[in-house]
Amino acid sequence: MITQAAIATFDNLELDCGITLAPVTCAYETYGTLNDDKSNAILVEHAFSGDAHAAGEGGWWSNMIGPGKGFDTNELFVICSNVLGGCRGTTGPGSINPATGCPWAMSFPAITISDMVRLQKKLIDHLGIARLLAVAGGSMGGMQALEWAVVYPEHVSAALPIATTTRHSAQQIAFNEVGRQAIMADPDWNEGNYYTGRPPARGLSVARMVGHITYMSDESMRQKFGRRVREGQNRFEVESYLHYRGSQFVDRFDANSYLYITRAMDSYDLTQRGALSTLFENIPTRFLVLSFTSDWLYPSYQSLEIVSALRSRNCDVAYCNLTSHYGHDAFLVEVDEQAELVRGFLASTLREARAIGTGHGRS
Amino acid sequence: MGVREIYGRSDYALIGELVEPHTRVLDLGCGEGLLLAWLKENKHVEARGVEMVSASVQKAIARGVSVYQGDLESALEDYPDKAFDYVILSQTLQETRHPLRVLRGMLRIGNQAIVAFPNFGHWSMRLNHLLTGRAPKTELFPHEWYDSPNIHFLTVHDFELLAQKEGWRIERRMYLSGHYQVTALPNLMAEVGVFMFSGA
Repeated sequence: MITQAAIATFDNLELDCGITLAPVTCAYETYGTLNDDKSNAILVEHAFSGDAHAAGEGGWWSNMIGPGKGFDTNELFVICSNVLGGCRGTTGPGSINPATGCPWAMSFPAITISDMVRLQKKLIDHLGIARLLAVAGGSMGGMQALEWAVVYPEHVSAALPIATTTRHSAQQIAFNEVGRQAIMADPDWNEGNYYTGRPPARGLSVARMVGHITYMSDESMRQKFGRRVREGQNRFEVESYLHYRGSQFVDRFDANSYLYITRAMDSYDLTQRGALSTLFENIPTRFLVLSFTSDWLYPSYQSLEIVSALRSRNCDVAYCNLTSHYGHDAFLVEVDEQAELVRGFLASTLREARAIGTGHGRS
Repeated sequence: MGVREIYGRSDYALIGELVEPHTRVLDLGCGEGLLLAWLKENKHVEARGVEMVSASVQKAIARGVSVYQGDLESALEDYPDKAFDYVILSQTLQETRHPLRVLRGMLRIGNQAIVAFPNFGHWSMRLNHLLTGRAPKTELFPHEWYDSPNIHFLTVHDFELLAQKEGWRIERRMYLSGHYQVTALPNLMAEVGVFMFSGA
């Protein structure tokens, strides 16, 4: 698989809050080969804590992206970029504010899901791609896929919002707030100014532990840990697991990014711009919406809300509630059936796009 | 007269003939999307489906057909009026809880409705019931009464009477016995009835 990692820099990006960031960098990776007419490009959107490294060794969706996989890199050119506000190469609160020469920290402007997508649009333009074959993502990545379809419908042939929602429920906001409070309660957080000292590792790790609980299900935790005790440590397996995931997270994630990105997710509300059915009116994009039976963080009713609105406008939408006991994590781990669906859906999207391109399609 | 088959199904072949090219088609209870995939490929229709069973939905989507996983009776309510040229219900009418509501819903969202259903009036049913005195169990209705998905039993004659009562216009009626079309005594001889009809 041909893989490239790169950074694109743009002169500026206007944010929803009214502030203009200048300049803005965007870290991204690509897999596969862009064809001559640039018609096989897929933008894959990472979830809250992901990054641009989607495929290959250690990639967050490596089981979905690659030769012969759900996103088949023999056929497709897959792009993944780190989101705005992130800490893995794209401009975020940990980046240097050019006006002061110091990290932005909490003076970084508030960002939104729309801002993230606007930066991605710049990247796609930069790559010379007029129309994406598809935009796909789970969880927060799914929000971005929806945003793409609503804001740039003429630039996306298909959208795959997976295990996601048009707006966070009180429960989803509540869990994010616990994470934020854990970080801010850590004295090392220091109002966000920790870049020259010790990062708020304990707070960030607790935030991540809470997150991991919400990504699993009662059943998957029972199967994975039960009440087993770790030998010699006098500690339940589940405790060790959460501590491990928490401490691992601290090494790769910035606490301030956690605050900014969870805020962006919580404030996202597609319905504020109008009734969903109105937003989806005349949308030419095909949709594949997926949810998972045991996902209680992004329950299937949230996906169905999207699907019902699309159907009420007679949009082209496929929907499946996949059986899994992995909870919200399912879109990352329960991939066999998901991959088969995605592969077939994209293959038919590609066929139709080509038929239209060569004039054999319907007008 | 012998009838072609699509994936071994003669009712699919008849429906395939009824559907005009480049139209919008909704298949209710579409299973793995075989008929829709065929219509897409051969009639270049805009194909949509509704199916309850997750495994079938997965196969249909993997085949490139846009299928929605859900209950067809409530799914009907979401679509706008006259969203489709054809709304198809093949071998499922007898399984619906509210068949009349389903049929009326089909005519609301589609210009034409196409239904195919097993004919409870077929001679084998009558004979089986007469001779055994039990709930009929034949090749056509192979289930025991207690585990049958079929909850409403109708004959092709019943359907004609309902259409009359509702003021529907039946545009095509076709009857199948095995892979052959039946022309005489359909209520006795047809195993499957296929009707294409439109609203009043």
